[in-house]
Amino acid sequence: MSVSEKGQIVTANRLRDGIAVFLTRSGQWSEKIDEAALALEPQAAAALESRAKLDEEATLVTGPYLIDAERRDGGIRAAHIRERMRTLGPTVRLDLGKQAEGTAGAFAAPEGV
Amino acid sequence: MYRYDEFDHQFVRERTAQFRDQAERRLKGELTEDEFRPLRLMNGLYLQLHAYMLRVAIPYGTLSGRQMRQLALIAEKWDKGYGHFTTRQNIQYNWIKLEDTADILAALADVEMHAIQTSGNCIRNVTTDHWAGAAADEISDPRPIGELLRQWSSLHPEFSFLPRKFKIAVTGAPHDRAAVKVHDIGLRMHKSDTGEIGWEVIVGGGQGRTPIVGVTVRDFLPEHELIGYLEAIMRVYNLYGRRDNKYKARIKILVHELGAEKFKSEVEAEYARKPQATTAVEERELKRIEAYFAPPAFEKLPRWSHAFEEAKVKNANFARWARNNLGPHQVEGYTIVNISLKPEGGIPGDASADQMRLMADLAGKYSHDELRVSHAQNIVLAHVKKDDAFTIWQALDAAGLAAANYGLVGDIIACPGLDYCALATARAIPIAQSISRKFADIDKQEEIGPIKLNISGCINACGHHHVGHIGILGLDKKGEEFYQITLGGSSSESASIGTILGPGFAGHQVPDAIEKILDTYLQLRNPGEEFLSAYRRVGAKPFKEALYAAA
Amino acid sequence: MPLLKNNTLISDTWIHVGLDDQLPEAGDVIVPWARLLREFELLSRRTGKLGVVFTNADRAEALATFLPRLSVVVLPFPAFVDGRAYSIARQLRDFGYRGEIRGTGNVLPDQLQFMLQVGFDTFDIGERFPLSAWQAASKQMSLAYQRGLFRRSAEAEIWTERHTDAEPWLEQPHAG
Repeated sequence: MSVSEKGQIVTANRLRDGIAVFLTRSGQWSEKIDEAALALEPQAAAALESRAKLDEEATLVTGPYLIDAERRDGGIRAAHIRERMRTLGPTVRLDLGKQAEGTAGAFAAPEGV
Repeated sequence: MYRYDEFDHQFVRERTAQFRDQAERRLKGELTEDEFRPLRLMNGLYLQLHAYMLRVAIPYGTLSGRQMRQLALIAEKWDKGYGHFTTRQNIQYNWIKLEDTADILAALADVEMHAIQTSGNCIRNVTTDHWAGAAADEISDPRPIGELLRQWSSLHPEFSFLPRKFKIAVTGAPHDRAAVKVHDIGLRMHKSDTGEIGWEVIVGGGQGRTPIVGVTVRDFLPEHELIGYLEAIMRVYNLYGRRDNKYKARIKILVHELGAEKFKSEVEAEYARKPQATTAVEERELKRIEAYFAPPAFEKLPRWSHAFEEAKVKNANFARWARNNLGPHQVEGYTIVNISLKPEGGIPGDASADQMRLMADLAGKYSHDELRVSHAQNIVLAHVKKDDAFTIWQALDAAGLAAANYGLVGDIIACPGLDYCALATARAIPIAQSISRKFADIDKQEEIGPIKLNISGCINACGHHHVGHIGILGLDKKGEEFYQITLGGSSSESASIGTILGPGFAGHQVPDAIEKILDTYLQLRNPGEEFLSAYRRVGAKPFKEALYAAA
Repeated sequence: MPLLKNNTLISDTWIHVGLDDQLPEAGDVIVPWARLLREFELLSRRTGKLGVVFTNADRAEALATFLPRLSVVVLPFPAFVDGRAYSIARQLRDFGYRGEIRGTGNVLPDQLQFMLQVGFDTFDIGERFPLSAWQAASKQMSLAYQRGLFRRSAEAEIWTERHTDAEPWLEQPHAG
C-alpha cells in the first residue's frame, strides 16, 4: 500500500498559448503535473502562491491558483475532476492534448467510468 | 447574402489592428489580466481548460463557401484540424494561442468575417432561423434585420459595458426556429392585414440558472422604429440592470424584479424621451442590405422531381435520409438540405477541416454558395434542387456526413462540457455519445419521431437543455459527475421551460433512463402524436413512475 | 490633476469642493451632487462657473433642471466594466446639455473612443497609463456604425457616409 502525501500545488495557464502549467520546486512552470511542487503545509502553499503571482506580473502565466493534490504512486493526483481533466485533454479526443503529447498526468479524470 | 463594402472591410481591419495592439500590450505586461480580459472577450477569446478558445461570429448563421473554406484553413493552420459549431450559430476553435489570435482575426477579415463581440458583456451574435429565406412557412427573410442589428450593435459606444451578456434573436416565420422567446430580446415578424411588416418585441427570456420565457412589450413595432426602440431597452438595462451579482445581472432578472408592466413603462418612457431623429438613413440602409438578400435566381421546376423519386426507390438509405433530413422549401422543385453533424457515437457539432471543405464545395455546386449553421449544431444547404439531392447525399455519405437523424433522437445538441470548458461541472459529449450509440438503430429513431434532446455540462445551459423536449444537465455531486433530467421544454413559439423529473443519475445510467422515458412515450402516445405533445397531454407523472419505480 | 482633452494634457482650473467644505469666495467650483441638491440656490448666485460630480447610480433626469446652470458634469467610473456612465453622458447630451462632461475613475485607454462618442470631453486619466497610450487609443477606429450619438471624436459614421445625400445627424457644438 503506497503512502499518499496530501497538500496543495499551484497551477495556472501559460499566457501566450493558454496551456495548463504547474509550478515546480525550482520555480519553473512545467506542463507536467508530476513535476509540480507539493506544499504540505499552509505556509509552504502561501509561499508557492506568492512566487506564482510574481510570475503573473512578469507575464509568464495568468490566473495562478492553489489546488488540492496528493502525491501517490510516484505521481501527483489533483483532487478535483476538473483539474485532472487539465492534465490530460478531452476524454472524447484521446489524440489531443497532454495525453497525446507525453505530458499527461498519471490519474484518470473521471475515475471508475 | 451580405457582402462587405469598403467601410465594413476597413472596420474589421482596424478592429483587428486594435486587438493586435491590445494583445501585444498584454504580452509585454502593459495591461493586467483584469484589464485585458474584457477586451479579449469582446474579440471572442476565452481561456479554457486546455488552451484559449476562439469563438468566431457567423452572423445570423449564414456563410459562403469561401468563408467556410477559410474556417477550414484556420482549423488546420492555427488549431488541430477541426471546429465546433455552436447553439448560437457560431464556430469555436479549442486550441488557440493568444500570440496567434491577431493573425487569425486578419485571416477572418480577409473573407469578411470576425470574432467581434462573441463574448463579453455586450451585444452578441444576432441569431435567426436557419431556414431563413427558404422556409415554406416564412413571412419574409429576417436576415436583413439581422444584418442591420449586427452593424448597429458592433462597437456600440453606449452598450459595450453592460451588466452582462446580451443575446438577440430574430425570426420571420410563425413557427419559430430561432428560440426568440428565450433570448434577452426576441423579435418576431408579423404581417398586418394591410401587408405591413411589424415586429413583436419580446424581452427578458433566457436560460442559465434562472430559465424563463420572455414577455412581449410591443405587439407590432413598425420596422423603422426598431433601432430607436431597441436603444431604449438597452439603455434601461444598462442603467438599471444589476451589477452587484453576476448571477442576477441579465435583463431577465430586471424584468422579473420590476415586473413586466413597470419594465415596459420604463422602456416606453425612455423611448418617448429620446429626441425624435429622422430614421431616413436607417431605412435606406435597410433597403441597401435587403438587396443582398434577394432570393437567388431559382429555376422553374416541376414539383415532382423524377430523378429524386427514382433515387429514393432505388436506394433505401437515401430514401431514409430524404425522409428525415430535408425541409420544405418555398419554391417548387427545391428542398432544404440539413446536414447532420451528429454521426453515430460522434461529437455533436464538430466538423473536420476536410468536412468543412466538402460542405463548402457542395454549397458552391448545388446551393448558390451559401450555408447556414443551425442552433442544433447542424449545417444547412438552403436552396437545393430536388434533382441534385441524391448526388449531394452520395458525397455526404462518403464523408461521414449523411447521418439520417435530423430532428430525431440521434440529433443530440450538446455543449463542449467538462472535456473543454473551464465553466463546466460535468462532461456532456460522452453522454451524447452513449445515448447516440444506444439509439443507433435509425428505424427506432424514426419510430420515436421528432424530438429534441439537449445536454448541458453546467448550469450556464449552453446546450439549451431547459428548452429540450428532453434536457440533461450535468452537475457535480461530491466530485463525481451527476446528471439531472428535465422534460417538456420547448424553444418554439409556444416556449416552455422543462421540469426536473427527480433525482439525478450517474453518467452510465443516463442512456437507460432515456430509454425508459422514450419507451413510456411509445406506450402512451396517441397515433401520430409527437413527444412534446404527448408530454403536455399526460404530464410528468407517467415518466417519473417509469424512471423511479422500484425495480 | 492633469486632464486629457483633445489628446493633450491640460491643467484642471476648477476648485473641487467637498460636501461640507467652505465655499471659496470666487472661482469655478465643482460640488458633489448631494451638495448641489442641498444648496443650488446659493451656488447658482455665485459668480464663477458651477460644476457637479454626479453618480452613475442616479437618474440623469434628476439632473436635467440644473443643466442650464452647469458648465461641467463629472461622471465617475467605479470600475471600468461599469458602463452606466456611457448612458448617462448620452442622456445629458439628449437633454441638450452642451457643457463639459468629464470622466473620472477607472477607465482604460481602450475605452476612450467610446467615451468620446457618447459625449465625454475630458478625462481625469490618473497615472496608470502614459499619455502616449491614450493618444494611440484615440485613433484606433476611424469608423463607427451608429448614428444619433454626440460624437466628440472624428470617426466617420458609416451609414451616413453610405447615404451621402441624406440628412446628416445634426450635431451641436460641444464645450470648447
